[in-house]
Amino acid sequence: MKIIVAVKRVVDFNVKVRVKSDGTGVETANVKMSMNPFDEIAVEEALRLREAGVATEVIAVSIGPAQAQETIRTAIAMGADRGILVRTDTAVEPLAVAKVLSALVAEEQPGLVILGKQAIDDDAGQVGQMLSALVGWPVATFASKLVVADGKAEVTREVDGGLQTVEVKLPAVVTTDLRLNQPRYATLPNIMKAKSKRLDDRPLADLGVDAAARLTVLKTEEPPRRKGGIKVGSVAELVEKLRDEAGVL
Amino acid sequence: MTTLLIAEHSNSKLSEQTAKALTAALALGAPVDILVAGHEAGAAAQAASQLAGIRKVLLADDVSLAHQLAEPLVATVLALADGYDAIVAPATAVGKTVAPRVAALLDVSQVSEVIEVLAPDTFKRPIYAGNAIQTVKTGQARNVLTIRTASFRPATAGGSAPVETVAAAADPGISRHVGSQVSESARPELTAARVVVSGGRALGSAEKFSEVILPLADRLGAAVGASRAAVDAGYAPNDWQVGQTGKIVAPDLYVAIGISGAIQHIAGMKDARCIVAINKDGDAPIFQVADYGLVGDLFEILPELTAALPAASEKAAG
Amino acid sequence: MSEETAAMPERESMEFDVVIVGAGPAGLAAAIRLKQVAPELSVVVLEKGAQVGAHVLSGAVVDPIGIDALLPDWRQEEGTPFRTPVSEDRFMILSKESGFTLPAWLMKLMPPLMHNDGNFIVSLGEVCAWLATKAEALGVEIYCGFAAADLSYDENGAVEGVILGDMGVHKDGSHGPDYTPGMKLLGKYVLLAEGARGSLSKRAIHRFGLDAGRDVPKFGIGIKELWEVAPERHRPGLVQHSFGWPLDGRTGGGSFLYHLDNNLVAVGFVVHLNYANPYLSPFEEFQRFKTHKAIKPVFEGGRRIAYGARAITEGGWQSVPKLVFPGGALVGCAAGFVNVPRIKGSHNAVLSGIEAANAVAAAIGAGRSRDTLDAYEAGWRNGPIGQDLRLVRNVKPLWSRFGTYAGIAMAGADMWLTTLFGGWSPFGTLRHGKPDHASLEPAARHARIAYPTPDGVVSFDRLSSVYLSNTNHAEDQPVHLNLADAALQKQSELAEFAGPSTRYCPAGVYEWMGTGDEARFVINAQNCVHCKTCDIKDPNQNIDWQPPQGGEGPVYVNM
Repeated sequence: MKIIVAVKRVVDFNVKVRVKSDGTGVETANVKMSMNPFDEIAVEEALRLREAGVATEVIAVSIGPAQAQETIRTAIAMGADRGILVRTDTAVEPLAVAKVLSALVAEEQPGLVILGKQAIDDDAGQVGQMLSALVGWPVATFASKLVVADGKAEVTREVDGGLQTVEVKLPAVVTTDLRLNQPRYATLPNIMKAKSKRLDDRPLADLGVDAAARLTVLKTEEPPRRKGGIKVGSVAELVEKLRDEAGVL
Repeated sequence: MTTLLIAEHSNSKLSEQTAKALTAALALGAPVDILVAGHEAGAAAQAASQLAGIRKVLLADDVSLAHQLAEPLVATVLALADGYDAIVAPATAVGKTVAPRVAALLDVSQVSEVIEVLAPDTFKRPIYAGNAIQTVKTGQARNVLTIRTASFRPATAGGSAPVETVAAAADPGISRHVGSQVSESARPELTAARVVVSGGRALGSAEKFSEVILPLADRLGAAVGASRAAVDAGYAPNDWQVGQTGKIVAPDLYVAIGISGAIQHIAGMKDARCIVAINKDGDAPIFQVADYGLVGDLFEILPELTAALPAASEKAAG
Repeated sequence: MSEETAAMPERESMEFDVVIVGAGPAGLAAAIRLKQVAPELSVVVLEKGAQVGAHVLSGAVVDPIGIDALLPDWRQEEGTPFRTPVSEDRFMILSKESGFTLPAWLMKLMPPLMHNDGNFIVSLGEVCAWLATKAEALGVEIYCGFAAADLSYDENGAVEGVILGDMGVHKDGSHGPDYTPGMKLLGKYVLLAEGARGSLSKRAIHRFGLDAGRDVPKFGIGIKELWEVAPERHRPGLVQHSFGWPLDGRTGGGSFLYHLDNNLVAVGFVVHLNYANPYLSPFEEFQRFKTHKAIKPVFEGGRRIAYGARAITEGGWQSVPKLVFPGGALVGCAAGFVNVPRIKGSHNAVLSGIEAANAVAAAIGAGRSRDTLDAYEAGWRNGPIGQDLRLVRNVKPLWSRFGTYAGIAMAGADMWLTTLFGGWSPFGTLRHGKPDHASLEPAARHARIAYPTPDGVVSFDRLSSVYLSNTNHAEDQPVHLNLADAALQKQSELAEFAGPSTRYCPAGVYEWMGTGDEARFVINAQNCVHCKTCDIKDPNQNIDWQPPQGGEGPVYVNM
C-alpha cells in the first residue's frame, strides 16, 4: 500500500520567534525554516513501515510556497519515494489543508496517511482529524506506537493520564506524538540524490478545492509578561495563599 | 443561538476540565447544553447537571461510547449538531481528537486552544508554543472551539439542570478500543499534570532529590520535574527535565525548588497558572516570575511544607 | 575525531573539483569566482550552521571593495543587502561619568583609511545569504548542516578532502542506532574558510608548519546584540565607536554601535584577548557599557532581539600564516585578514576568496591538483589585501604595548606616516609579543572586578542572552569541547587563574562547581555559540574546540 505523509515548512523549533511590533504577525524574514518536528516523526514512521514490507511507497506532500520544496526534498532525502507540492502563496487554514489532502487521497488511494499531531507554528492540531472526516476514515491521534497488520492498525495513543490502545481499520489516518520514534538523519549522500527524485509541483487552484479563509487574525501580540508576585514569610503563609488566594490546593 | 459543550468525563466521574470549558462556553453569551456521551455515565451526567448556568444536560449512553472512541463519539455529536451554532470541547486528548472531526463534517474552520473569549466571534489563542498570542475573529455562522482549560476558572456548582436522554448514533464500526493503561502511580504524566514539583541543582545529589522532592510531589499528587542543571548533574532522569530543551508544561501549580530560573527553564513553565519558588538566593531570577516566593533553606522548608499540606487523596474528586 | 572506534567506519565518498569549508564571505566569494572563471568545475561548499548565516556574526560596516571586485554590477540590482550607507561617523571616549565625542574637525584629521565614506552598514549574515543565492544560481552546491570534522590526506600527505562529522554518536562515544559515519568529500583543492580560529585550519597550520616564521596569531572576542529601538531613537546610517570605559587603559577593546534600517541597531563590544586580568569578563564589560549614560538612551523603549559572540582576528600583516599547503589553502579570517583599526575584515575575506579561486582555477586548468597554490601565497602582500593591512600593521602592537590612550595616539600617527610614505613606518614592523593565552596573569596579582547586577532593561544575564542566540545541541553526543588534561585544569585554570573560562565564555559553558578538592569543571556544551574564545584563551591551551554535530550551534538571524 502507499502511505502519504504530510510535511509542513515551519520556523525551526530552535529559533525564538519575535512578534512584530506592528502586531501583524511573527517575524519570519531570513529566519531558518525546517520541517515540523512532528512531521519528521511521521516520515520516519512511514519509512519504517516500508522497510518492514508493509508499505510499498511513501509519498511526501506539502502545501505551501515554492520554498516548501526544500521540506519535501528533506523528506525524500530521509527516504520518501517521491513528493508532491501543492503550491500556494497564501496561508491556508487546516480545513483547507484537509480538503487538499483529501483530493490527493482520492488520486493516490493510499492505505495510510500519517501526519504530525500539530504544527509548531499555529499549534492548531486539526488536519489529521479533519482529513479523516472528509474521507470517511478512522483516525488515531497522538500515536506513540503503530503496528500495521491484516488490514488494520493497532495504535497506542498518548492520552491524558496514560495510554490507550485502539484498533482502526485501514485505510486510516494516524497523527504522531513525540515518542513514536526517533527520526533518522538525512545524510549528505541522500540529500544529493534527493535532488533528482520526482517532485510534482501543482498549483492549489488545480485541485478545485475551496481554500478560502474563514477566520481572520486581527492581531498578534506578545504574551503578557509574567510579573513577579510576592515573597511570603513562612510555609504557613505559603499554604494559606495557595489554598485561599490562588485556589490551587 | 445555542452552544453545545462536549463534556470530558470517565463515565463515573465528571472531569474538572468540563467545568473550566463551561466558563468559556458561557462567555459566548448563548444558552449552553452539555453533552455527556459515554457508557453507564449517569453519574457524570448528574454532576454536569449541577454546574451553574447551563440549560440542560444531554446524556447519550451506549457501549460504543464507553472509551471515548473518536468515530462513535463524533457520530453522536453530529446527530445533535443541527441545533447548535457553537460546539465547544475542552482541549483534552478526547476534545482535541473529536472537535476537528466534527468541524470538518460541518465544513467549519475550528479555533483551537482558546485562552480568552473576547466576543462570541473573537478569541485569543496561543501560537508558537505560547510565545505569541493571536486574536482571531471568525466570520462563520457556526463555530467549533477547543478550550485551553488552564486559562479558565471552573464554573461553579449549585445548578440543577434537567438531564435529557438522547440517542447515541450508530457506531461506524471502523475503530475498536483494545485497552487502556491509565497511570496507576500517584504520579501523573509531566505534560498533563495539574501540579508539577520541580527540583534544581541545589538539591545536591540524586538521593537528596528523591528524599526531598518526591514526598512533596506525592503529597500534592504532582508530577516531578527537574531543571536541566539537575539532570546534567545526574540528580534526576532526562525525562523529568522541564524547559526549552525538555518538556513544556502548563500546570495549575508549578513549584520550583532550588531552581535559579534560567530563562531556558522558565520557557518550559511560564504558562503555569501559579508559580511558587523556593530558593536560598532572594535575587534568583525565578522570583521575577514566581507568584509566591519563599526565600530560605529548601532542606528546612520542604519537610515543613510537605507536612503542612493536605494529602492529595483527601481532596474531593475532580 | 574519536580514535575509539576499532575499525575505520565505511565512509561514502564523493569527488569534486573544489571543496570549500564554510559559507561565510570568503568561502562564498571563492565559490562564486570559481564558477565565474571556470563554470565547468564542480564546487561544493559545506557549512556547519543550519543555514547560511546561522553562524555569521559581525558588526558590520563593510567596505564594498571586495563585492565590487566579485560582482561588478551589484549596484544595479534591486533588493541587495547593502541598504544603509554610512551617513555619520562618531567616535567617543568614555569615562565612568561622561562621554566625549570627538568633534567633526578632529574626525577629519584621522587617516583616510579610517573614513567610512562609501561604506555600508549591513548584516553580514544577510550578505552571505545573498551571496549564497548567487552561488547556487551559478551551480555551486551548498550543503548546510554538515560539519567538516577532519582533513583527509592522500598517500603523499597532501590534503585530498575533508571528512564530515559522524552523526548519531552517544555521549560516551559509542554508536547509537542512527549512527552514520560522515561522508568524505574529495577535491583537487580544499579551501578552508572557517573563520577565525577554524578547527581544520588549526590542524592544517600545525601539520604543515604554516606559522613558521610568522608572528603569533592575535584575537579579540566580539560580543554583539541586535536591538529594535524606538523610532525616535533611530538614526539609520550612524556609525559610532567608543574607547575607554568600562575597560581600563591596559585592556584593549571598545564598542561599536551601528544603526541599520527597520529601527534596528547593532551594538557590540570587542575585548582584545591579550588581557591580563583573569577576573575580566568580556560579557559583563559589554553589559555594563550599555548602561553608560551617553549610551543608554538609544535603547530606551527598545527591545533586544538577538545575541551572539565570535572571536575576531587581530594579528594582521605579521600574523598571517603561510596560506597554502599541499592540496589547499586558507581564505578569509581562517588566515586572519581583519584590519584592526578599521574593524573590517569581510572585504579582505572576499578578496582572498577571489585570489584563491583564481589560483585554483588556473591550477586545475593547467591539469594540476593537490599541490600548493604558490601564486596565491606569493601574491597577497602586493595586492589589495596586503596594501590594506600593511598600513595598519603597527596599530595593534602599539596599542598593546602602550595602552589605550598613548597607544592609539601613536597608532594614529603611525597610520598617517604609512599612508603618506607608501607603507614606511619609523617602527618598521613591530611584533605582537606573547600569544593571547600567555598574557593571562595569575589571579593573585589582580583584584576581582565588581560587575553590576544586570538591570534587565539594557543589561542582561548570560543565560537570557544565550537564549537569544537560538543555540542548540543534541544532548546525547560527545562533548565537543575537548579538555586535554582535567587535572591541569584544576591545578592551573582554577587554582592559579581563578577559573577565567567561567568569565571569558560568552555563553556560560564553563562552571566550576564545588570548592577545593571537590571542585568539578562542568562543561555545558549545549550552550556553546561556537565563538572559539576558549580555544584561544585557555592559559594552558587545554581546551580544543571541535565541531559538534552539523546543523547545531547558534541560529543567528540578521547578525
